[in-house]
Amino acid sequence: MKRRTKPSSAALSATLIRRPIQRCFAIFLLPTFAAFCIGFIYPFAKGIYLSFCKFTTTSNAKWIGIGNYLKAFQDASFMHAFQYTALVAIVSLIVINVLAFAVAYALTRGIKGSNTFRTVFFMPNLIGGIVLGYIWSMIFDGILSRYGTSIVLSTTYGYWGLIILMAWQQIGYMMIIYIAGLQSVPGDLIEAAKIDGANGWHTLWHITIPTIMPSITICTFLTLTNSFKLFDQNLVLNGGQPFVFMADGTVIRSTEMLALNIYNTFYLNANSRGTGQAKAVLFFVLVAAIALIQFSATRRKEIQQ
Amino acid sequence: MKKLFALILVAMLAFACVACQTAAPAPAAEKPAATQAPATEAPAVDTPAVTGKVYYLNFKPEADAAWQALAAQYTEKTGVPVTVVTAASGTYSETLTAEMDKGAAAPTLFQCGNKAGLDTWGDFCYDFTGTDVYKQMTTNDFNLFKDSGEVAAIGYCYECFGIIVNTALLEKAGHSLSEITDFASLKAVVEDIHKNAATLGFDAFTSSGLDGSSSWRFSGHLANMPLFYEFRDDGVTAQPASITGKYMENFKNIWDLYINNSATAPSQLATATGDQAEAEFGEGKAVFYQNGSWEFSNLTTKFAMSPDSLAMIPIYVGVDGESNAGLCAGTENMWAVNSKAAPEDIQATLDFLNWVVTSDEGTTMMAEQFGPIPFKNAKETTNVFFNDANKYLAEGKYVVTWAFNFTPNVDTWRAGVVAALTQYSAGGSWDDVVTAFVAGWATQYAAQ
Repeated sequence: MKRRTKPSSAALSATLIRRPIQRCFAIFLLPTFAAFCIGFIYPFAKGIYLSFCKFTTTSNAKWIGIGNYLKAFQDASFMHAFQYTALVAIVSLIVINVLAFAVAYALTRGIKGSNTFRTVFFMPNLIGGIVLGYIWSMIFDGILSRYGTSIVLSTTYGYWGLIILMAWQQIGYMMIIYIAGLQSVPGDLIEAAKIDGANGWHTLWHITIPTIMPSITICTFLTLTNSFKLFDQNLVLNGGQPFVFMADGTVIRSTEMLALNIYNTFYLNANSRGTGQAKAVLFFVLVAAIALIQFSATRRKEIQQ
Repeated sequence: MKKLFALILVAMLAFACVACQTAAPAPAAEKPAATQAPATEAPAVDTPAVTGKVYYLNFKPEADAAWQALAAQYTEKTGVPVTVVTAASGTYSETLTAEMDKGAAAPTLFQCGNKAGLDTWGDFCYDFTGTDVYKQMTTNDFNLFKDSGEVAAIGYCYECFGIIVNTALLEKAGHSLSEITDFASLKAVVEDIHKNAATLGFDAFTSSGLDGSSSWRFSGHLANMPLFYEFRDDGVTAQPASITGKYMENFKNIWDLYINNSATAPSQLATATGDQAEAEFGEGKAVFYQNGSWEFSNLTTKFAMSPDSLAMIPIYVGVDGESNAGLCAGTENMWAVNSKAAPEDIQATLDFLNWVVTSDEGTTMMAEQFGPIPFKNAKETTNVFFNDANKYLAEGKYVVTWAFNFTPNVDTWRAGVVAALTQYSAGGSWDDVVTAFVAGWATQYAAQ
C-alpha cells in the first residue's frame, strides 16, 4: 500500500478546478446577493425615502422634505425614550456580560453535569420575545400584586423588570460564546502562569481575559445592539406604562424604549407615519454609530496569540 | 452513545424544519374561502360574467367563522371569489396599513369606523352614493360622511352597551330592576350587595380590569358618558378641538362605584383581563357587568346563561334628568370600499354587500352575529339586549349616542386614559385622569 501523492499535481488540479469556478463567482454570489438586495438594500433605501414623505401606505408617498425630522427632534417623548434606552443598554450590557462570563467560567471548570447546565442556561434564548414578556409579566405581577402594586405602576419596577428579563434571556447565549472562547485558551499558557506563581485572579486577569478578548468584543456588540433594538419584551412587559401626564396634555411613557416609541409614533395617525419613519432612520444611524465605536474600542484590546 | 445523540440532533433539526415550514404561513392567517371555484361553472345568476373579486379585511375575530361561511356560500352561488381575512385582535390598523400596500391584492372592503379612521383612510373610501347597497339602508344615522358630502362608510349594524344585569342574582339579593332609576338608586343597590357579598356568595360588579383586553370598556365606552353629556350641553356635532371635562366628576363617581364594589381589589386591576370579568359574570359571581350587546352570544352559549335572567340597564353617572336615559347605541362597524381597487373589483364588492343585506343567508347571518341591522330586509334578533334598547326607546327615553367616535388619535388618547385610570385605581391621583382626558384631547387634536 503506497500512499504517495505528488503535491505538484494536486496543486495543479486544484488550480484547474478552481479557475473556472472563480470565473463564475457571480453565479454563486447571486442568490445571497439577491436576497440581500430584496431583504435589506431595497427596504432600507425605501425607508430613507419615506422618511422625507407624508404617506398612509408606502405606495402613495408624497415628498415633503425634512419636516418629519424636525418633528422627530421636537418630540419630547423621543428624547426621553433615547435616555431610557441608553440607561437600559448600559446596565444590561454590564449585567449580562458579567453574569454570562461568570457562568461560562464556572461551567468550564469541569464540574459534573456541566453540559446539562449549559443546555438549561441556553434554553431561555429559544423562547420568543412576546411569550417571554407575558411569562415575566405574570411572574412579576404574581409577586407584586401581594404588595398591592404591579409592574405597570412603577417606572423603577418596570426598569428592573426589563433588565431581569433581558438578562434571563441573553445570558445563556452569551455564555455559549464565552465558553467557546474559554476553551480556546491554550493550556500551556495557563500552566506557564501557574509555574510562574500566578494565583487564580492573576491568571484570570492577565491570561484568560486578554486571550478571550474576541469573545468579549462580539458579546458586548450583541448585548448593546440587542438592548437598543429591544421591542417585543418592552411592548408586552409594560407597554411604556406608567405614563407621566404633563400639564399641557402631552404624555411621557416612562418605560418606553426607542423601538416602541417609533412604533407608537408610526401608528398614531396618517400624518405621523413619516415622523415615525424619520425616527427609525435616526435610530439606525444611532445604533450603527454606537456599534461601530464599541467595536473598534474593544477590537483594539484584542491580542495576537 | 454518540450515534444516538447524533440521531436525536438530526431528528430535532428535521422537526425544526418541518415546524418552520408549517408555522410560516400561519401568521398570515389567510383563508381564501373557496377561491378555487372556477368562474365558468357558476350557475349563472342574473349577474353578468364574473370578472371581479372581493377581499374583505374583517376586524371582528368573533365573527370570522360566520363571514368565512357566508363568503363560501356566495362564491358557490355566483362564482365570485370572496376572501375574508381577519386581523388579529387589536391589530386592525397595522394589518390594514400593510394590506393596503399590496396594490391589486389589497382589500376591496375594509372597516373605517370613526373620525380617526376617516382621517387616515378617507382617500381610500369609495363614495357609496347611488349604489344598490346604500339604497337598501333605512337610516343615515350610522354612516360616515366626508366634508364634501360623499358617503365614505356605511354603518352595517349598530350596537348598544350599558350595564348588563344578572336579574336572577339581583332578586336573590333582595332587589329588583325597577328600583334602579338613577345613579343614587344604582349606588344604593350596588353598595348593599357588596356589603353582603360574603353571605350572598357573589359581589356587585365584575372586575374592571385595565389590561388591554378589558380597558376599552372604560376608556372607550364608559368615557362616552362624560363626553356625551358635555357634547349634548354644548351642541357639539363635529370633532371639537378641545373639551372642558365638565362631567369628569360623574366619571369619577361611576368609576369609584365600579372598583370599590367588586371582589377584585382596585390595586389589582392593572392586569385584570376581559376574560376574567366575563367569567365572573358568566359563573354568577357578580350581578353587574358593563359591556355591550355583542356579549349576548357568549353569555348564553359559552356560559349557558338563560336569556330570561339577562337585562341591560343604562349607565347612570349622576347627571340631572338621567332617569330618562336609554342605552348607549351607536356603531364603529362600518364598511368602506377601497376606491383604489380595480373597477370590476369595486363592483364585485358592492354586489357582494348588496347580497349580504338582501339575501336570506346574508340577513340571517347578520341578525345572528350583529343583531338588528339598518337595512330594509333585516331579520328579527333574539338578542335581549337589543330588545331592552328598543324598550327604552319605546318609553320615550333618549339614546346616549357614541360621542367617543369623535376622539382624536383614538388609540393614543385611550392609552393615556387607561394608564391614568390604572394609576388612580392603585392609589394615584384623579388629577392625572382629568389631565389625560381633557388636556390629552387637545394635545391629540393638535397632533392629528
